[in-house]
Amino acid sequence: MLANQIGYFSLILGLVFSILLSVASIKNFNNNNKNIDHRVLSLSFLQFFFVVVSFLGLIFSFINSDFGNETVFNNSHTTKPLFYKISGTWGNHEGSLLLWLLVLTLFIFLFLVKSSDQPKKYRVLTILFQQVIIIGFFLFILKTSNPFNYLFPIPNEGLGLNPILQDPALAIHPPILYLGYVGSSIIFSSALSAVTQNYISKDWALHIKKWILVSWIFLSLGIMLGSIWAYYELGWGGFWFWDPVENVSLMPWLTLTALLHCVLVLERRLVLTSWVVILSIATFTLSMCGTFLVRSGILNSVHTFANDPERGIFILIFLFVLVFLSLGVFFLFHKENNKNSNEIFWLSKETSILINNLFMMYFLSVILIGTIYPIFLDVISNQKISVGPPFYHKLIVPFLIPFLLFMSIGPKLNWVKSKIKNKFELIIIFIISVFLSFFILRKSNADLLFNTVLISSAFYLFFVTIKDMFVKKLNNFSQSLAHLGFSLLILSILFNSIFSFEIITNIKVGEKFTFKKGNIFFEKIEKNENINYSSIIGHFKINDNKGKIKHLKPELRIYNQPIIITSEADIKTTLFSDTFLVMNAVKGKEYFNIRYQIKAFMIWIWISVLLISLGGLISLFERKHEK
Amino acid sequence: MKNKFFFITIVSFFIFCFIIFYKGLNNSNIYVPNVDNKKNIPIFIAKDFFLENEVSSKEIFNDNNFYILNIWASWCVPCRKEHSILMVLSKNKSIKLIGLNYRDNFDNAKKFIDELGNPYSQILIDEEGTLAVEFGAYGVPETFIINKDKKIIKKFIGPLNIELLQEIEMYLK
Repeated sequence: MLANQIGYFSLILGLVFSILLSVASIKNFNNNNKNIDHRVLSLSFLQFFFVVVSFLGLIFSFINSDFGNETVFNNSHTTKPLFYKISGTWGNHEGSLLLWLLVLTLFIFLFLVKSSDQPKKYRVLTILFQQVIIIGFFLFILKTSNPFNYLFPIPNEGLGLNPILQDPALAIHPPILYLGYVGSSIIFSSALSAVTQNYISKDWALHIKKWILVSWIFLSLGIMLGSIWAYYELGWGGFWFWDPVENVSLMPWLTLTALLHCVLVLERRLVLTSWVVILSIATFTLSMCGTFLVRSGILNSVHTFANDPERGIFILIFLFVLVFLSLGVFFLFHKENNKNSNEIFWLSKETSILINNLFMMYFLSVILIGTIYPIFLDVISNQKISVGPPFYHKLIVPFLIPFLLFMSIGPKLNWVKSKIKNKFELIIIFIISVFLSFFILRKSNADLLFNTVLISSAFYLFFVTIKDMFVKKLNNFSQSLAHLGFSLLILSILFNSIFSFEIITNIKVGEKFTFKKGNIFFEKIEKNENINYSSIIGHFKINDNKGKIKHLKPELRIYNQPIIITSEADIKTTLFSDTFLVMNAVKGKEYFNIRYQIKAFMIWIWISVLLISLGGLISLFERKHEK
Repeated sequence: MKNKFFFITIVSFFIFCFIIFYKGLNNSNIYVPNVDNKKNIPIFIAKDFFLENEVSSKEIFNDNNFYILNIWASWCVPCRKEHSILMVLSKNKSIKLIGLNYRDNFDNAKKFIDELGNPYSQILIDEEGTLAVEFGAYGVPETFIINKDKKIIKKFIGPLNIELLQEIEMYLK
């Protein structure tokens, strides 16, 4: 009750301070002081502080189950465990926007603190651009998605948090992902500000690289957590479904990855400046576009909390204001440095990074088209289509081969102009990779020629990077680690798709189902009662032909608030494969439908993403070390 | 010159995107499932709200009548809104209105009925919320129309309003 009031008024105070901050920044921009005014820093802190108080207010309302608050009423229940009461704060539209605002204000404050060595006008302008975004979000929350709406009479019980959101991976997935998204807003504001000040330079690249790395690490981890959740909780038996929601998180990741590589070039030579600016703008615009697509209800997905056209229109207008603002700034102020740009030698690190960028843009356009083409088609011709995995696989997978090969050679090149050294060694490694993949694949039913080439290129990247790690020792360790992680990721995805198999069948208690590689025995079912759900647990014994016995216990959970039945897959993980069993009740029948899967190298997908992020993290500290 | 051309092309492209998205927003994509068409009502035993004895589904639906089953709870805000509609429905003699009190506290539910009136000819208690699942309900409030053959012919998710009231009266004719 009190927490609710405090939360609401802090939010309004936050908006007041954010307007004051903008005014103070404008004043500060025009005066002749060399340093930024102290007031700007304090106002930025106050803005952040009040959003924190507001967020805490919402958390306390959730902890106390204050159902007088509409958001709490809609998304919580007294029987929820404390952990999920707290994570429920951002497991809904209103709360997650407040979290978004919290991270926005935190980052601009951190930016101010951390950028004291930068030119004053550039810093002030960055704040101003960032304030446009922050005030936009304040208005959006207060006008269409106020988390502190009041209910009277106060209900005694809430409607409950959607059970599929009651999962540890999902509890931390939104905050981590938001850190990534919002980090990209700083890059956006800073790039616009640097363009107006004609400050796209080596200094700027050095300074913004930290921010790019931070958002890139969080975005990678956030996407991975979402994927883990989909694998364990949704029980679809895979890690990536090319669902629109997944795609909208992958698109900014692709531009951000391209940007990360471009900034490396800019750090050393003043080329590709327009490209860096466009990528900075695109990354944040794509994040916003993602927010629009999943929050407006224009696409159906697990993230569509509510279908409210008013919200959709607000985000849409806001998104396009930002797009036109950045286009205007870019065309009015940006001056291309023509002096340097022609001096790129064909065999150099710059070229390889450009090629990397071209591939990134290609992947991006495939995903972008696959995601929004159905919307365009629906509006223009009223046809409903859905674009599925085959589209993405057909268009993306073949291009991975040259991409991986370039990725193996690129890092070996020098800046400006270079020659390939140790050609002999590289060829030997390539031959080894081809033989290795042929040897692995010869027994599988997959298309031999295509897959051998594909897997050899992934192996090639893998071996070349490993060799580099040993030969070059710790020189550029972070980059090698990230690339190694990427080759491992592609390898595990490929092996996963080639060596996995599944069985779907109906089975009764006491029955045995025999297949080629073994049999499944359904021993018994067991019923359990928990605070917020009751469960039916199936006991299965699986024999494979080698005499190994596995016991798996998939679960059906009937959540009481709101009533939703979820299937909890039982997954046994080993280094080589995951055994996955999920069961579903068939209405009115005494048998259960089960899906049994062997997923090869599943755990390596998560491990490799962790390696990639670790590479980014090390790179962040390397930079500090050099200073 | 080249710059201007680019600028205009890009801006028009984005304006085009804006228009498409704007129109897309108004296209409804709520999927309305064609659920429970002529499904038999489940067989169950439940506790009566006032008499506190056990009654079976056979005893409850024994008349040659149309039935309306309404799932409600005292903590449910939309239920409060639809209550006046239920009061109107209760005056219709050709139907029997059954209430299913969903996961509720008895005292609160009693207060709710005392305060707003009792439209139901019988109220059943669904303390665990399992009966609602048997009927295929997603939450509260939900309303089911059951015909003389004891089949569910229509289901309304969410609170009833005047238009839905007219629709229900159509079914009863």
